[in-house]
Amino acid sequence: MAAREMTGAEIVVKALIDQGVEVIFGYPGGAVLPIYDALFKQNDIEHILVRHEQGAVHAAEGYARSTGKPGVVLVTSGPGATNAVTGLTDALMDSIPLVCLTGQVATHLIGTDAFQECDTVGITRPCTKHNWLVNSADELARVMHESFHVATHGRPGPVVIDIPKNVQFQTAEYRTPAQVSHKTYRPQVKGDMSAINRAVDLIAAAKKPVFYTGGGVINSGPMASQLLRQFVKLTGYPITSTLMGLGAYPAADPQWLGMLGMHGTYEANNAMHDSDLIICVGARFDDRVTGRLDAFAPHSKKIHIDIDASSINKNVHVDVPIIGDCAHVLEDMIRVWKSKVSQPDKSALSTWWKQIETWRGRKSLAYVKSDTSIKPQYAVERLYELTKDRKTFITTEVGQHQMWAAQHYHFEEPNRWMTSGGLGTMGYGLPAAIGTQVAHRDALVIDIAGEASILMNMQEMSTAVQFMLPVKIFILNNEYMGMVRQWQELLHGGRYSHSYSEALPDFVKLAEAYGGHGIRATHPDELDAKIMEMIETPGPVIFDCVVEKMENCFPMIPSGAAHNEMILGDDPEGATVTEAGKMLV
Amino acid sequence: MSEEKSERHVLAVLVDNEAGVLARVVGLFSGRGYNIESLTVAEVDHAEHTSRITVATSGTPMVIAQIKAQLERLVPVHKVVDLTVQAPSVEREMALVKVAGTGEKRVEALRLSDAFRARVIDTTHTSFIFEVTGTPEKIDAFVGLMRGLGLVDVTRTGVVSIARGPEAM
Repeated sequence: MAAREMTGAEIVVKALIDQGVEVIFGYPGGAVLPIYDALFKQNDIEHILVRHEQGAVHAAEGYARSTGKPGVVLVTSGPGATNAVTGLTDALMDSIPLVCLTGQVATHLIGTDAFQECDTVGITRPCTKHNWLVNSADELARVMHESFHVATHGRPGPVVIDIPKNVQFQTAEYRTPAQVSHKTYRPQVKGDMSAINRAVDLIAAAKKPVFYTGGGVINSGPMASQLLRQFVKLTGYPITSTLMGLGAYPAADPQWLGMLGMHGTYEANNAMHDSDLIICVGARFDDRVTGRLDAFAPHSKKIHIDIDASSINKNVHVDVPIIGDCAHVLEDMIRVWKSKVSQPDKSALSTWWKQIETWRGRKSLAYVKSDTSIKPQYAVERLYELTKDRKTFITTEVGQHQMWAAQHYHFEEPNRWMTSGGLGTMGYGLPAAIGTQVAHRDALVIDIAGEASILMNMQEMSTAVQFMLPVKIFILNNEYMGMVRQWQELLHGGRYSHSYSEALPDFVKLAEAYGGHGIRATHPDELDAKIMEMIETPGPVIFDCVVEKMENCFPMIPSGAAHNEMILGDDPEGATVTEAGKMLV
Repeated sequence: MSEEKSERHVLAVLVDNEAGVLARVVGLFSGRGYNIESLTVAEVDHAEHTSRITVATSGTPMVIAQIKAQLERLVPVHKVVDLTVQAPSVEREMALVKVAGTGEKRVEALRLSDAFRARVIDTTHTSFIFEVTGTPEKIDAFVGLMRGLGLVDVTRTGVVSIARGPEAM
């Protein structure tokens, strides 16, 4: 006897349950009403109603990045889908696994410019890893299960399933995940052993090595972080990481050099520049990291472990490419290292560490303290000190505050740091904090924000209040789009064109208007007590931390400069931006 | 990097014949700023629902390797072969060339078409349509010669290519 027929909408919900989905982030509309009706009739999946579809996608990103599980989004056709595009692009750039379900007008209306119709698969094709338009309920179960496979295997990423409204009403047989397997998509996870052997030989022979790790280690799962720690300890080599990789290696460890790149530490960037071997694990040599390409680590050989073959040799030529999953490759590397009884060159390594200590002694993250105004770096430092012993997750918006958070908040564990790296999406932090809090109800989740960024998705405060998600929004309020202002100061003669945040709301009153709690700090002496008040408040809080307005984020590699041409906070004239550099973002 | 010379490569791409697959491939080229010199596509295995796309492109060796890796990353792409480096291969293109004229020019067009082994597939008292097959260079040469003899219209298929020897792609 044939299995019971289900409607398309029921198939969607059943497939989500069978995929282990516990929560989805969404916003209803005409073209997804049947799916919302099916959600109404069940109790397995919680639905978090956002206030804007972009918020739904970022919330799903926060959920995914803090748990390692795919995030799920449900939005309607037309504007529902187009509003999701920024979040999808963000997830694509940062390799976050998402399944986004969009409603679509009925199949016979497609192409007629129907109400709330848009070419969702066309619009989202370049901003998803893959997408599907489902023409019949018969395909729905297969596509649903395939979509989770594609989103989570290989280099993770967002996928879209566009489901016309009549397909949601059609009936078809359901198929379980076990009955479906993707025809062809089988990304390579094991690295090539001969390449791993060559890499281990290079690692053992290196005199000035450095590990350069990235978000791929986090995406690979907690085992990859454990293996990375083990291998770095075995070698005794220094390690730095990209913005996306923070937490994979503990910041408290003496081998940790801090973040590298445009706002990375002096020791991390100089170690990269002077190294004779870069061991890149799950990072992609992005322009924020490399600076001027023709001057990037000129004397180094490079090993590159990446699950995505297209990341290899894209920007920088590497000597030993290894295509595979970080955890698998690191495991093999450690085994080969041990079986060869490899030993690092002790005397070269001690000379190298001496050099690194000199750079470290430069204290590139130092800043001038103030008794009268709150320095933004100081605010992040205090926030770190007062929250580090709790189960804390940090999200950020984009700009100066994001870089200060990366520099002055220190991460010991993976999956605790959610930030928009590749796309640099202002407005990411609050919805990401909401998604993180949904996954970790008992944790302290803080969005370190700027006053400009936070206004881009401020409406999600309403979501936090509705679902009793006690996120803390810690605004470093300098009344400027700080990073824009900093670049205008450095590159455009201090002409602060439209970067001043005029007519800001009163954030304390705004918090109260939403039904949350507002706190304002204006003086360094009151900061600790007010941070404690924030932590101890049971519900959502907006903390308006009024900071020094003109503070710049240093150190900085100016656009078009090399790693060893940094501007330091106490020597802002140290390097200049070339005409060619001005062309770069 | 920038000193490396741009080379022409022909890639064969085996894909699932599903809605949007050509848009994915073409969008990849336009979105990442790669060049398409010619592109042909048709289903090659009806039972397996697979199509073969032949794309002629140009770029430095690093860019060509990147194009190949990016294509391989697309979910419906089964296989990508760079026919220019991976095997000796043969390339063919077909064109339909319409030439209008009378008198001496018309006779000359017919005479030259014979030298190119072009076939006349349609004729009126004042025009011919020639079907000509060969390498893109041969077709360029033929079209060039017809230009002075009353060329009015031309359509080309773009190149298709296949590796020599007994193996499949």
